[in-house]
Amino acid sequence: MSALRHGLPAGLLLLWLLAALVAPVLPLAPDRIDLTAILAPPGHGSLLGNDDLGRPVLDRLLAGARTSLLVGLGVVTVSLVIGVLVGGVAGLAGGWLDLVLVRLIDVFLAFPGILLAIALAGILGPGIDNLIIALAAVGWVGYARLVRAQVLSLKRRDHVAAARALGAGPARLLFRHLLPLALAPVLVEATFGVAAAVIAEAGLSFLGLGVQPPQASWGSMIRDGAAYLLVAPHLVLAPGVAVLLVVLSVNLLGDRLRDRIDVRSRP
Amino acid sequence: MAARTASAALVILGVGSLVFLLIHLVPGDPVEAMLGEGARAADREVLRAALGLDRPLAEQYLGYLARTASLDLGQSFAYQRPVADLLAERIPATLELALAALTLALLLALPLGVLAARHRGGALDTGAMGFSLLGAAIPNFWLGPVLILVFSLWLGWTPVSGREGAASLVLPAVTLGTGLAAVLARMVRSSVLEVLAEDYIRTARAKGLRESSLLWGHALRNAWLPVLTLIGLQLGGLLAGAVITETVFAWPGVGSLLIEAIQARDYPVVQACVLLISLTYVLVNALTDLVCAWADPRVRG
Repeated sequence: MSALRHGLPAGLLLLWLLAALVAPVLPLAPDRIDLTAILAPPGHGSLLGNDDLGRPVLDRLLAGARTSLLVGLGVVTVSLVIGVLVGGVAGLAGGWLDLVLVRLIDVFLAFPGILLAIALAGILGPGIDNLIIALAAVGWVGYARLVRAQVLSLKRRDHVAAARALGAGPARLLFRHLLPLALAPVLVEATFGVAAAVIAEAGLSFLGLGVQPPQASWGSMIRDGAAYLLVAPHLVLAPGVAVLLVVLSVNLLGDRLRDRIDVRSRP
Repeated sequence: MAARTASAALVILGVGSLVFLLIHLVPGDPVEAMLGEGARAADREVLRAALGLDRPLAEQYLGYLARTASLDLGQSFAYQRPVADLLAERIPATLELALAALTLALLLALPLGVLAARHRGGALDTGAMGFSLLGAAIPNFWLGPVLILVFSLWLGWTPVSGREGAASLVLPAVTLGTGLAAVLARMVRSSVLEVLAEDYIRTARAKGLRESSLLWGHALRNAWLPVLTLIGLQLGGLLAGAVITETVFAWPGVGSLLIEAIQARDYPVVQACVLLISLTYVLVNALTDLVCAWADPRVRG
C-alpha cells in the first residue's frame, strides 16, 4: 500500500518529466498525417492508435506532455516571482503601500481565477506564451497572500532586527533573512500550483484558447477527439487518463510534502 | 456590518475596473482583432467610434462605470441585440445547472463525509477519501465526454447534448457536481471529526443518545459552518467550471455564451459575461458571510 501510494506517483511524475524532456530528440512524428490510418484503433503498429488526421496518438501524447510541463512550470515560476515580490513588499513595507496591495490582492481573490484566465487567454489569442501570461495573471495572488502573511509573522524576529541594525536594505532583508524561512509553505503551495496549471492548460486548450494547432496539447486532443467519441473513443480516453494521472500524482506529492513539512515546522 | 458592506462595495468596484482594463490594457488592437487585418481604415474608424475607443481612457472608464451601474451593458456585435437581453435568455439555464450540481454535490458529500468520519480509518473512509482524491483530479472536460460515451452513446439513457427535458440535465449536473462533491466530502469529514472530539459529544453519548442522532443531529449540525463557508468559496469554481461543462454539453447558458463571444470577438458580451459571473461570486460570498454570522451564535453575539 505504501509503495503504491508513494512509488507510483513518483514514478508517473518521472515518466512525465522524461517524456517532456526527451520528446524533441525521439524520432516522434506528432504532426505526420497518414490518410491510410485515419481513426485507426490502438494496436496495428501504433500503440495508441491514430487520430482523425491519421496522426499517431502516442506521439501526440508525448508531445503534449512537453506542452503541459512547459505551461505548468512556466506558470508557477512567473506566478512565484510576482507573488513573492508583491507579497514581500507589502509585508515588509507596511503602511499605505501594504493597504493598496492588500486591496489589489482582495480584488483578484474575489474573481473566480480560471474565469479571468479564460477571458484573458481569449483576448490575448492562442500560444504557449499567452497561455502562461493568462494563467500567471491570476496565479500570483495566492503566493502574494502567503508570502505577505509569512513576512508579517517573521519580520519581528530578532535576527531580522539584527540584520536591520547592521544596515541591511529591504531587498537583502527579504531575500536573505525572510524568504529562506518562508520557503517550505511556499513550496507546498507551488506543488499544488503545478497541478492546477496542468488542469487549466488542458481546460483552456479544450476550449480552443490554448496552444496553436498543430502543436499538441492534451486538452486540444480531447477537444478534437470528442467529435469521434463513438467510433474512436481512444482519442478522448488516452489524453484524459494522462491529465488525470499527472494531476493525481502531483497532488499526492503535494499532500506528502505538506505532511512532512508540517511536522517539522511545528515543534 | 457597515465595514463589511463598504469592503464588498470596494471589491465590486475593483472587479468592475479589472474587467474594463482586461480589454483595454491587453496588447493589440481589439478593433483590428474584430475586423481582421484586411479591413479598410474607414471601417476601423467607424467601429472604433461605435465602441467609444477613440475617446480618452479616463472618459471611457467613467462612461463604462456609469452605464454598468444603470445596467446598460451595451450592444452585441455578433447578434446586433442588447447584451442584457442575451444574458437574460441564458441565465436560467446556468442557474438550473449550477443548482442541480450543487444539490447533487451536497447529497453526495454529506453522507459520504459523515460516514467516513464515523468509520475513520476503515474501508468506507478509505473509499470515500479515494473518491475525493480522484474527483478533485478528474477534469470536467474529460469526465463530460466519458459520461456521454457511456450513458448516451453506449447505454442510450440520456441525450448527448442540449437542454430538452429533465434527462438532459443529468450528465451536465454530474460532470459539474463531482469535483465539488469531492472537495466538500473531505471538508465534511474533517469538520465532523473535529466536532466528534468535543466534550459535549462525549456527554451526549454518556447520557445514552443513539449513535445515529448523535452523528446526524449533533455532529453534522455543528460541522455546518466551515462547510457553508467552503461552499461559498467553491461556487466561483463551480461557475467557472460551468463554462467548460456548458461547452461540452452545448448547454445554452452564460458560460457557452462567453465562449461563443470570445470566438466571435464580441467584446461587449465577453465583458458582460465576466462581470456577471464575477459579481455573482462576490455577492454569494458576501451572503455566505452573513448567513454564517447569523447561524453562529458566537459570531452573532
